[in-house]
Amino acid sequence: MAMQANADFKTRLQTLLPKLVLSPSLALMLVFVYGFILFSVYLSFTDSRLLPSYGWVGFENYSKLWRLSHWETSLINMAVFASLYITICTFLGLGLAIFLDQKIRAEGMLRTIYLYPMALSFIVTGTAWKWFLDPGIGLENVMQSWGWTSFEFDWIKNRDFAIYTVVLAAVWQTSGFVMAMFLAGLRGIDNEILKAAQMDGASNWNLYRRIIIPQLRPAFLSAFVILSHLAIKTFDLVIALTGGGPGRATELPATFMYSYTFSRNQMGIGAASATIMLMTIAAIMIPYLYAELREKK
Amino acid sequence: MGFLDIDNTTKSYGSTEVLHKVDISVEEGEFLVLVGPSGCGKSTLLNMIAGLEEITSGEIRIKDEVMNGVHPSKRNIAMVFQSYALYPNMTVGKNITFGLEMHGTPKDERDKAMNDVAKLLQIEQLLDRKPGALSGGQRQRVAMGRALVRDPDVFLFDEPLSNLDAKLRVDMRTEIKKLHHKLGTTIVYVTHDQIEAMTLSTRIAVMNGGYVQQLGTPQEIYDTPANIFVATFMGSPAMNVVPAKVSVENGVPMARVALHDGSLTSLPFSQANMAEWDGKEILLGIRPETITDEDAADRKSGNIAHMTNRIVVTEPAGSDTFVTMTMGGRDVIARMRSDANVSPGIDFMFAVNMEKAVAFDPETEVRIAP
Amino acid sequence: MSVASQDTAIRTGRAVRVLIYLVLVLFSLFYLLPLYVMVVNSVKPLDEITGGGMMNLPQVFTIEPWLKAWSSAQIGVEPTGLSPYFWNSIKMVVPAVAISTVLGALNGYVLTKWRFKYDTILFGLMLFACFIPFQIVLIPMARMLGLMGLAGTTSGLVLVHVVYGIGFTTLYFRNYYAVFPTELIRAAQIDGAGFFQIFWRILLPSSGPIAVVSVIWQFTNIWNDFLFGASFAGADSQPMTVALNNLVQASHGVKEYNVHFAGAILAALPTLLVYIVAGRYFVRGLMAGSVKG
Repeated sequence: MAMQANADFKTRLQTLLPKLVLSPSLALMLVFVYGFILFSVYLSFTDSRLLPSYGWVGFENYSKLWRLSHWETSLINMAVFASLYITICTFLGLGLAIFLDQKIRAEGMLRTIYLYPMALSFIVTGTAWKWFLDPGIGLENVMQSWGWTSFEFDWIKNRDFAIYTVVLAAVWQTSGFVMAMFLAGLRGIDNEILKAAQMDGASNWNLYRRIIIPQLRPAFLSAFVILSHLAIKTFDLVIALTGGGPGRATELPATFMYSYTFSRNQMGIGAASATIMLMTIAAIMIPYLYAELREKK
Repeated sequence: MGFLDIDNTTKSYGSTEVLHKVDISVEEGEFLVLVGPSGCGKSTLLNMIAGLEEITSGEIRIKDEVMNGVHPSKRNIAMVFQSYALYPNMTVGKNITFGLEMHGTPKDERDKAMNDVAKLLQIEQLLDRKPGALSGGQRQRVAMGRALVRDPDVFLFDEPLSNLDAKLRVDMRTEIKKLHHKLGTTIVYVTHDQIEAMTLSTRIAVMNGGYVQQLGTPQEIYDTPANIFVATFMGSPAMNVVPAKVSVENGVPMARVALHDGSLTSLPFSQANMAEWDGKEILLGIRPETITDEDAADRKSGNIAHMTNRIVVTEPAGSDTFVTMTMGGRDVIARMRSDANVSPGIDFMFAVNMEKAVAFDPETEVRIAP
Repeated sequence: MSVASQDTAIRTGRAVRVLIYLVLVLFSLFYLLPLYVMVVNSVKPLDEITGGGMMNLPQVFTIEPWLKAWSSAQIGVEPTGLSPYFWNSIKMVVPAVAISTVLGALNGYVLTKWRFKYDTILFGLMLFACFIPFQIVLIPMARMLGLMGLAGTTSGLVLVHVVYGIGFTTLYFRNYYAVFPTELIRAAQIDGAGFFQIFWRILLPSSGPIAVVSVIWQFTNIWNDFLFGASFAGADSQPMTVALNNLVQASHGVKEYNVHFAGAILAALPTLLVYIVAGRYFVRGLMAGSVKG
């Protein structure tokens, strides 16, 4: 009888263990992610400045935020940056993947070269490009010292063009990764379909346009989701490359939030901007994750 | 009380009941096969016996001990899985003795048991290999060895042969049957293959839609199927089922069946009680091997009927030739000797062994005769 | 390297192939350019760079910039070089990677092999946590670290990186274990193995590839992090990236570009080495993790 009860306890412990094991991670996540999100959202409705304070001010921070030209600038910059970054990365990644998929001799080596920037910190990337693009010592200086004295390339110091240097460095860093995603997609396509299409007389161009690229839909979707969330989170690269300048020419929401919260002591407005960033990412991620997880069931 | 009792057992996921009141009692040494199409609930039932799925209501008992809520390892059962489920990181020897190790059996006893089993299954030379280096048949043997070494009360087999190629499957089938004869263990075996079910079992439970449709010996299931589902599921090619009308002529109940041109033929029943259905529609079940030519008709049968029908297709299959014709508006297959003089398009006189015919109620699809 | 090369059915003409190779090589130059700039300029004297020789190979080879970046460059107020910060990063990365990987493995195991009601929703919540903009947690996190007495410490940074890394490690292990046959778990249950025995004896021995992926991913992410380091580190716990940024952005004195480049390589070296040594698994993991969601 005692044996029976013992066995029962053990069995019950076994059924409980999985949940016990999962619970620390769950607790961490609920507090540090979702609890914190709620707290930040709450702060965005308060009069917090240097430190959190709990005076309710309703939507005042949001209306202030939307009147700030600084915020408007960072949103416009984000629009320019994100659209170029996502488009260029996608097309470059797809193009390189298609080219690499043609039984290329040194494929392994080329792939390693395209991908290694992913392993670097944005701070390193920013530093390298910052000095390479610097008109004083970088490309412009080099070209002039090589005898092309009229050569000018001062984008990184130019308010109208600085944002494109951020695009350039960001594309350099992540396009190889997008290439890898598309390459995996290409390798996943059933070869028999391609053979059938060739029997049907499709040219290479049509093969890609009509058969292959449409089948890469999942890869396009993943690339878009990952690139857009990276774009919205871009912070370190701007800090290292331009520091948000010249002026506010490369200010993005992430850097805006950081400076309003930690250097300008406008925590309420900082929290409001962070909330808007979160909602933007959520609008992209939640439908995607929902679809992905449903499929798997 | 049997050796393994499945007593009014049901299984539900949420509000959907997937297994309805199953009642099976298995005697010691029996070989019970659960057979049915995919999704019929047979694997669920097996997993419930194993303790891998909870029992929603009812009881499962092994040697009169209630197993509900008892951990799988405490039920003294062993299971052979469809994928064999050999631990990829362990050698064959380790795979076989892992269960004993988990149950705290000392090393020397484990090794002895392992060697005995390896000898029995002729896998001694494989003991140091990893499962990845084995062929399908060898993996199958190792999986059985892992089950045998535990010396369990009940063996559970979950479609163990479905991953083997056709030839190996037949060999392993014989092997399993031999082992059962030799060891006399109690086995519950799940398969969707009705030939496996017929050849291996001492009893069969035919399942469909979460119900046990019929429980009986292979012969009972084959000769007197409980309903149309069992009749058509067991046997290959399947039993022909054609609409017919009963009419009593000279005191003998007849099945009136339309031939290819719509003309009616009369096939006399062997069962007098079919007279009760006089004038009513029924479904007539005829096994393909009971439709032959005159020469091949069963001499022992006291009721051979004849009919002339047009042959649509002939399919020589080596030992037999399958002949397709139309009866009651449906395709009907006859199993003829390979040398039967048949060809498509001709009218041919068939001999039908009506002693073996089965009649079903067209409404309920339940057998009414014999 | 990682993706099995398959026999593509597509055939291309000779001229097209030359063009393809040309494009591929041109782009590899584009990707290699910053690395080239960093390497050659880290081993030449400063005047060679300012004199317009950034693209040239060094005329005078010197490792002076490396030594300076490592041990004597001015970082913030102290002329300590990057070395103390390098060790700060190591002290932060190793425990954070280990803890988040172990938790991810256990979570993946539970979420695939011990499924329960709403487990997919829980996993979805964990997964979403990977993608939040971390700006949303900066303020409460600073408060929380203060309350826990971990403000400005390496332990605090370890905690932060573990918390926000679990989602990814869980994702990797979950996807990996999802295709691990459940029948093996059932067989082990019947054999009498318990929850941890199954994990330890059956799953873990087969988890090598995904553990490598998780470790590399976490190592790269945590080593390369700047936001958390800049927000939560104290003077004596700043990681390498923050120190490098301080070095490069310093507004006083002469800009020693060669030292900056040497410092940048120092900051990049651990992750680059990991990428080159174990890149095969890294790429495979990135693909499995991203394409399959």
